Amino acid sequence: MELLLFNIFNGLIVGLFYALMALGLSLILGLNGIINFANGSFLALGGYLAFTLKPEIGFWGALVASPLLAGLIGLVIERGLIRPLYGRDPLYSLLLTFGLAMIIQTMLRMTWGANGLPFKVPDFMSHPLSQTYFFLTGYRVFVVVLTILAAGSLFALLQFTRVGVRIRAGNSDLETVSALGINIYRLRAVNFGLGILMAGLAGVLAAGRLGLTPTMGASLLMPSFVAIIVGGVGSLMGSVLGGIIIGVASGIVTTYYPAASQVVIYLIMAVVLIVRPRGLLGQEGLLE
Amino acid sequence: MSGTESTVPAASFGATPIMRLLPSLIIWSLLLSVPFWMPLVGGYTALASRVLIFGLAAMGLNLLLGFTGGLSFGHAAYFGLGAYGTGLMLKFVSGSTPLAIVVGVLVGGMAATVFGLLTIRRRGIYFAMITIAVGQMFYFIAVRWNSLTGGEDGLTGFSRTNIGFGQAVLNLHHTITFYYFTLFFFAIGCAVVWRVLHSPLGHTFVAVRENQRRLRFLGLSVGFYIWIAFALSGTVAALAGTLYALLNNFTSPQDLNWLLSGDFVIICVLGGMRTFWGPPLGATIYVVVQDYLSSITVNWMAFIGALFVVVVLFFPFGLLGLLQRRSSQ
Repeated sequence: MELLLFNIFNGLIVGLFYALMALGLSLILGLNGIINFANGSFLALGGYLAFTLKPEIGFWGALVASPLLAGLIGLVIERGLIRPLYGRDPLYSLLLTFGLAMIIQTMLRMTWGANGLPFKVPDFMSHPLSQTYFFLTGYRVFVVVLTILAAGSLFALLQFTRVGVRIRAGNSDLETVSALGINIYRLRAVNFGLGILMAGLAGVLAAGRLGLTPTMGASLLMPSFVAIIVGGVGSLMGSVLGGIIIGVASGIVTTYYPAASQVVIYLIMAVVLIVRPRGLLGQEGLLE
Repeated sequence: MSGTESTVPAASFGATPIMRLLPSLIIWSLLLSVPFWMPLVGGYTALASRVLIFGLAAMGLNLLLGFTGGLSFGHAAYFGLGAYGTGLMLKFVSGSTPLAIVVGVLVGGMAATVFGLLTIRRRGIYFAMITIAVGQMFYFIAVRWNSLTGGEDGLTGFSRTNIGFGQAVLNLHHTITFYYFTLFFFAIGCAVVWRVLHSPLGHTFVAVRENQRRLRFLGLSVGFYIWIAFALSGTVAALAGTLYALLNNFTSPQDLNWLLSGDFVIICVLGGMRTFWGPPLGATIYVVVQDYLSSITVNWMAFIGALFVVVVLFFPFGLLGLLQRRSSQ
């Protein structure tokens, strides 16, 4: 029983990383119309930046600064490379971000080395909170709380601020938004930066849990795609839900049949596609 | 406009029949004489086999990507399944190379047929995401099913065997013989794709790419044709995969990975997606550049990534596409 709970909780944590990553991907997929393959590399970048910044400004400073920094780099890349691709066949943005992922990953390896680096979280968070449930460390609970906070603030931003309303409006009809005199290029840039910010945050959190390697993002990227497909394209809430579902499912399967822990994610996707092709919370006909 | 133009392969912009056949004649005579001129330009014959295999896989993908307009980012799965099918067959069941090829093609082709049904439930970007995810599923199966596939280390312990024809024996261990063996299957693949593209079915594929709504008005099921294109293109990719397993006498999970799918797509784009000979041309450039880069720097991946970016930003129509546009002006 403890083992099952342990694996479910573990799966939940990983699922939250998927969810954070899927949130960023979903944002960019919606308004920018791009499947951002480089999101995984930006995630790793966020983690590595935190690794470098931590000795200077401490864990908390790094937790805030490195996602912001990653988002900033995302803005620059959007301006230079992504912007020329709007309105063109999605094939091209796929290929470009694919190439970008390779470039960033190689740069990470050149800068920080190919071997894994440890990312130590503050001591008070690394102790178990309970004797029986040894897996409930402070850090894991912290990851849960922070993910809820991050997702919550993103939803609040989209719901209550002017930019957020514009982003949502742009998702359903970008042309009209543009006709109303809103600079959609700036809007898309902000949106892209936000998406990368989420990836960067996931990177810092994942670094504390999984350690740092140049390929850490790539291995989280695929499940995040599945999270979006399961949750439904066009629904941010769906992406979060999808991430948690596949994470927990993978955790449960780990208990009974570890070899299938990854494959089960794709089986869930297959079932969802057969039973409900638009995903759990997805809208019909979006992005097709 | 582009509908009729693009079904005509790039090789046929000449007017007279001789002019029209000339590019194909040059291509085939170049391919047939590879073992003679390859060493002169500093290459090796196995590299040429690799080019053929990647070219064939990309040509298969292009049937879906370039001609039907289905954005598949998961074709490495069918390529890799072909490779694993062949490898497992040779290792565990029978030492017959032709049988292993047949089994490999069947495994990859049937997977494409079944999972094609799953992917065609959505279109556009969504379609691309599903193909990626489905492809990755096979990757994880190959990595985790250690006892059968050898896991991360890949499948070893098999090798291509000679084929006997009564008295005569085809010695496949010889690199040059194996090159011609590969070329033979490459030619078969080309013939199949050519035949399909010049049949009513092929014209329907192009129509799917150009205007799905109009097809629906005509009472045709768009999803059905995308599915057929998916199955066919996966089968051709699987054939390439079986040859790849035979070339290396080894199969790695990387042969199933989405990175390889990306390679196939960039090969199509680099050569020219709307052309028949584009993918083989793209494969030639891509495989040679990759081979060269990986021999001079460990950071070759960054350069390949840069190649992706440059192709997308500056050569979106590919080399043959560029040529075609210039000649039509």
